[in-house]
Amino acid sequence: MAGALILRRLLQIAVTTAILSLCAFLLIGLMPGDPIDLAIAGDPRLSAADAARMRALHGLDQPLLARYLAWAQSVLGGNFGHSRLFAQPVSALLGPALLSTLELLGLALLLALGAGVGLGALAALRPRWSGPVQALALAAQAVPTFWLGLLLIILFAVTLGWLPAGGAEGGWRFLLLPVVTLAFANLAAYTRHSAAALRSALAEPHIRTARAKGASEARVLWRHAWPNAAIPVVAVAALDAGALVSGALVTETVFARPGMGKLIFDAVMGSDFNLALLALLVVAVVTMLATLAADLVQRWLDPRLA
Amino acid sequence: MKAGLILLGALVLAALAAPLAAAALGHDPFLPDLFNRFAPPSVEHPLGTDELGRDVLLRLLHGARVSLAVGLAAALAATVIGTTAGLLAAWKGGWMDAALMRLADGMLALPALPLLVILAALDPAAIGLPRGEALSDMIRIAGLLALFGWVGVARLVRAGALSVLARDFVRAARAMGVGEARILRRHVLPELATPIAIATALAVGGAVLAESTLSFLGLGIAPPAPSWGNMLANAQELAFQAPLVALWPGLAILLAVLGCNLVADAISRQRR
Repeated sequence: MAGALILRRLLQIAVTTAILSLCAFLLIGLMPGDPIDLAIAGDPRLSAADAARMRALHGLDQPLLARYLAWAQSVLGGNFGHSRLFAQPVSALLGPALLSTLELLGLALLLALGAGVGLGALAALRPRWSGPVQALALAAQAVPTFWLGLLLIILFAVTLGWLPAGGAEGGWRFLLLPVVTLAFANLAAYTRHSAAALRSALAEPHIRTARAKGASEARVLWRHAWPNAAIPVVAVAALDAGALVSGALVTETVFARPGMGKLIFDAVMGSDFNLALLALLVVAVVTMLATLAADLVQRWLDPRLA
Repeated sequence: MKAGLILLGALVLAALAAPLAAAALGHDPFLPDLFNRFAPPSVEHPLGTDELGRDVLLRLLHGARVSLAVGLAAALAATVIGTTAGLLAAWKGGWMDAALMRLADGMLALPALPLLVILAALDPAAIGLPRGEALSDMIRIAGLLALFGWVGVARLVRAGALSVLARDFVRAARAMGVGEARILRRHVLPELATPIAIATALAVGGAVLAESTLSFLGLGIAPPAPSWGNMLANAQELAFQAPLVALWPGLAILLAVLGCNLVADAISRQRR
């Protein structure tokens, strides 16, 4: 049952990726200025004949669709080509960047989920705290991620000097501010949905039974109410995968972390469109796989869905 | 509702009052004054000056015009496209519904920002807009944001329209021989006013956030035209010299988005 679902979703992901790659390739191809134009701009000794020969050599004189097919064939064959900007094979750039982004994403997701569920439980159990928690969620929803990052840099790196302002020499000191920034920007939905879900779960009759049996409040909350409340929270995680990844890309740019976001941004700024396109496709596939994973967790939690 | 409307109203008034404030203070927010860089807040410059000696308050007010206009335009365009698509999907059903909803699913599954970054970097001349002018930047960015914003509206409208179309009064109208176009316009659309209003309010906030992010990255509204996002573009390098310059534009974005979300929340609560 789950196997068929996974198969169908993987097929969907493949189709979406193919359509996205075609659209992006055509859009980029419509732009004036190909790599040969850039080469001419860089070296005035190149003549028009040289340019024409180079175009023919690299297949740039072919129609756009033929170029796309050739490109897709080589990518599917495992050859991602070369980055003009970094003078390296694209595959060598994507690997480390993806790992760095996944590290940031994973830690931020854990922190956002943990803090969101904790705050949600606080709001659900203690009505006095419901107002402040709601206000915090509203602020988290409205704050621009990059501005929060800037403020944290100004406070902790510039004014207090406790943490580095950016980069990624490794170690938790370089991860702390980006992870907190990204987690806070994605906190709102988890907080609100866990508060609402816990509130309705705690109103169920089986909770009164558990209390009557003498179960402690903590046990009632985490053993009896939370398993049911977790389902909508995981559903939110699936829905928010795209927002989380988008936030990660902004966070990386603000903190100058070498990850997928910085790679895409640098590639776009440096007109290295092969790199930008492939990085975009990798990010899209990762997002869709994350959504699929969250959906599978949801089905595992909720047998009614399976 | 009140808090959100007051917040948004104050921001819109401030945006409208930008030329008045410029006249009252007697500076030009576009004119560099290099002898007056990073001036601290004073009577003359209530929020101080930026790295080119321009008045921060006046640039903030002018930025409000750009940022709010882009946010509103993008949200309205997204609402029009989304409402049309949602109604069409619900009413026509079949392959039209399947095609529109698969497209919406596909777009929702993708992370919007990297796509926006690549699309925003495309040459505006390729789609017939002049380069480097503030107005064409604004149209370009609003269009791009609408391209992604319609999806949420379309899904809400489709879900609402499906339930309205199955109701008895629609069947009664059909039985009376009312035309399909009139049924959609007069019977279905008014029933959907609430979800559409909520979706629009949320879309304005989302568009203001997205515009500021793109402009911060240098891909949105290009200077010298101020937007809340591009006022922050240099804030990172200036963090040591002028940390306060980074404060105000972000606060303005926060308040604008907060206002939109509060209004959306209030509308949905009123309904219940």
